[in-house]
Amino acid sequence: MRSFSIEKGVVMPLDRANVDTDFIIPKQFLKSIRRSGFGVNLFDEHRYLDRGEPDADNSQRPLNPEFVLNQPRYQGATILLARDNFGCGSSREHAPWALEDYGFRAILAPSYADIFFNNCFKNGLLPIVLDRELIASLFEAVAHTEGYQLEVDLSQQKVVKPDGSSLDFEVDPFRRNCLLNGLDDISLTLEDAAQIEAFETRWRDQAPWFFNSPNPQQST
Amino acid sequence: MKARTLYDKIWQAHLLKQRDDGMALIYIDRHLIHEVTSPQAFEGLRMAGRKPWRTDANFATPDHNIPTTSEERSQGLAGIKDPVSKLQVKTLDENCKEFSIFELEMNDERQGVVHVVGPEQGATLPGMTIVCGDSHTSTHGALGALAHGIGTSEVEHVLATQCLMQKKMKNMLVQVNGQLSTGVTAKDVVLAIIGQIGTAGGTGYTIEFGGQAIQEMSVEGRMTVCNMAIEAGARAGLVAVDDTTLEYIEGRPFAPTGALWEQAAANWRGLVSDEAAEFDRVIELQAEDIAPQVTWGTSPEMVAPVDGLIPDPIQEQDATRRGNIQQALDYMGLEGGTPIQDIKLDCIFIGSCTNSRIEDLRGAARVVEGKQLAENIELALVVPGSGLIKKQAEVEGLDQIFVSAGLQWREPGCSMCLAMNADQLGPGKHCASTSNRNFEGRQGFRGRTHLVSPAMAAAAAIHGHFVDVRDLV
Ligand code: SF4
Repeated sequence: MRSFSIEKGVVMPLDRANVDTDFIIPKQFLKSIRRSGFGVNLFDEHRYLDRGEPDADNSQRPLNPEFVLNQPRYQGATILLARDNFGCGSSREHAPWALEDYGFRAILAPSYADIFFNNCFKNGLLPIVLDRELIASLFEAVAHTEGYQLEVDLSQQKVVKPDGSSLDFEVDPFRRNCLLNGLDDISLTLEDAAQIEAFETRWRDQAPWFFNSPNPQQST
Repeated sequence: MKARTLYDKIWQAHLLKQRDDGMALIYIDRHLIHEVTSPQAFEGLRMAGRKPWRTDANFATPDHNIPTTSEERSQGLAGIKDPVSKLQVKTLDENCKEFSIFELEMNDERQGVVHVVGPEQGATLPGMTIVCGDSHTSTHGALGALAHGIGTSEVEHVLATQCLMQKKMKNMLVQVNGQLSTGVTAKDVVLAIIGQIGTAGGTGYTIEFGGQAIQEMSVEGRMTVCNMAIEAGARAGLVAVDDTTLEYIEGRPFAPTGALWEQAAANWRGLVSDEAAEFDRVIELQAEDIAPQVTWGTSPEMVAPVDGLIPDPIQEQDATRRGNIQQALDYMGLEGGTPIQDIKLDCIFIGSCTNSRIEDLRGAARVVEGKQLAENIELALVVPGSGLIKKQAEVEGLDQIFVSAGLQWREPGCSMCLAMNADQLGPGKHCASTSNRNFEGRQGFRGRTHLVSPAMAAAAAIHGHFVDVRDLV
């Protein structure tokens, strides 16, 4: 996984609550068996005026000039400013894949859906929770200042504003460490392989009915 | 010992390691797999040269991408016209073969939507930890299992380690007291709950559903309720184990038998929250107050009783909420203040892991029996949740009832619940759907979804607009 320490970049505001994973990446793009290349279809139903298909040449499609992602002032944005319950809906990891592939590195919102929040950390994307009022004031600042940038510093757990003042945020120490060092969870867990084996042996004894696998393939 | 909730009990039994940083390693008993969220996980496994930790804990079936017409299905993989979908289904077959994972392939009679098939096969057992790369894994909580959706990285993690890195959630109890009125179903109960606590109301919690109305529900009904726990923001929903649970499980292919069954059943009876257990949050509803529900907006919390009105944004004080209502109404092409029963429909979808089980189909068939589809209904699909449900329905003659009324009888799969296959809702069309999500574009590009119970969808099919099923029964 890509590591994350400091990210300074343009902030793009997405002013709606309950942005769901279908909004982030529509289902037709979930048919891919790869995990890259989703960036061009991020927010597809809002970003383009026509319906997107997995094999389409996206450069030929009509853009929706009203949608925030297409506005010149937000080009190259790496920080997404969002509202409540961002990422609700499906467990599809394609949502963080699309955000990351497009170029976003951090999200600022008052709250997230649990599964999405969790998925971000596995993909080098930092979801930051800030107070609703702070988020509201950032929405205003972004609207008023073209090219508004923020600096997100994970090791200091700070979001630094253009005037040098900063906002502190909380992040789970485990996830922070994984993100800072680009650590892969699986290798970490496998360090405990002996413990997993011991648990499994004991569990097999205590709850043998969970290990009772007939071969239902033959039982029809 | 301190009084514990059902969630506490299952969590503690599976807690393998508590880390100082708040994370925990949890042992996973059952891993369900479908074609959409698994290919990248298997690929990751291969690239790292890893093998599944415990092959027999896995259970796979394709459901999202597969066609539902008999003609296409009879051709096997070749019948999947979309090459991208076909590759995904084929990839699942190949991965399951390569790693020796049990799979109910597309045309196996037992195949179906993974959350319908898991319990049906007895692969879902009380007290298990169950995960799947799919948010509606919460469904399995109806059997007293701790079940929740995970992302693809976690699918790979579970495959490789049989564990999940997690933080414990908080405990919420949703208590539905009293008895439901005739014509009011599990679907209406869960929509009413979401209407009350909101789509983020359960975020950070595991919700246990209890109270007389839940206790009196069949396991099928409880699955409908737990299925939509995620729509209330909770990754997992739970219902305590009782006789209904045990009766449902006994004799299913993966369930234990003989002495092992007796032992298991005795153990499972303890899977209830202790009387003195404390919940971080408690919500109560009166079953008698719940009317059939209809969603009018683009989030499951945008719901109203069938005899109510679509809210008028002008009446909303809070500016953000007013904006959200307006945005939803614009998308849905509806006016605030309109009676719910005046919403005209174009399509009907009866299916999905929320409502495609036998009692759902029976409920819908009762309403349409001897009647005809309204003229304005262009497309009406009935998609059973599994091949076995389809077979059972055909034994009971339900398929004939639907077909004579003008509805289409299809092969099992996710179908128009999310429209990844060819079953799509057209732009601007209104659909009465028994599924679980009414997000923008969920059932098709610019499609407009109204979530309802099977009986309500069936009544709408006959009348062409919403009607109160309580008036029909
Ligand atoms: S039926 Fe719908 S909600 Fe259920 S698993 Fe399939 S797509 Fe997801």
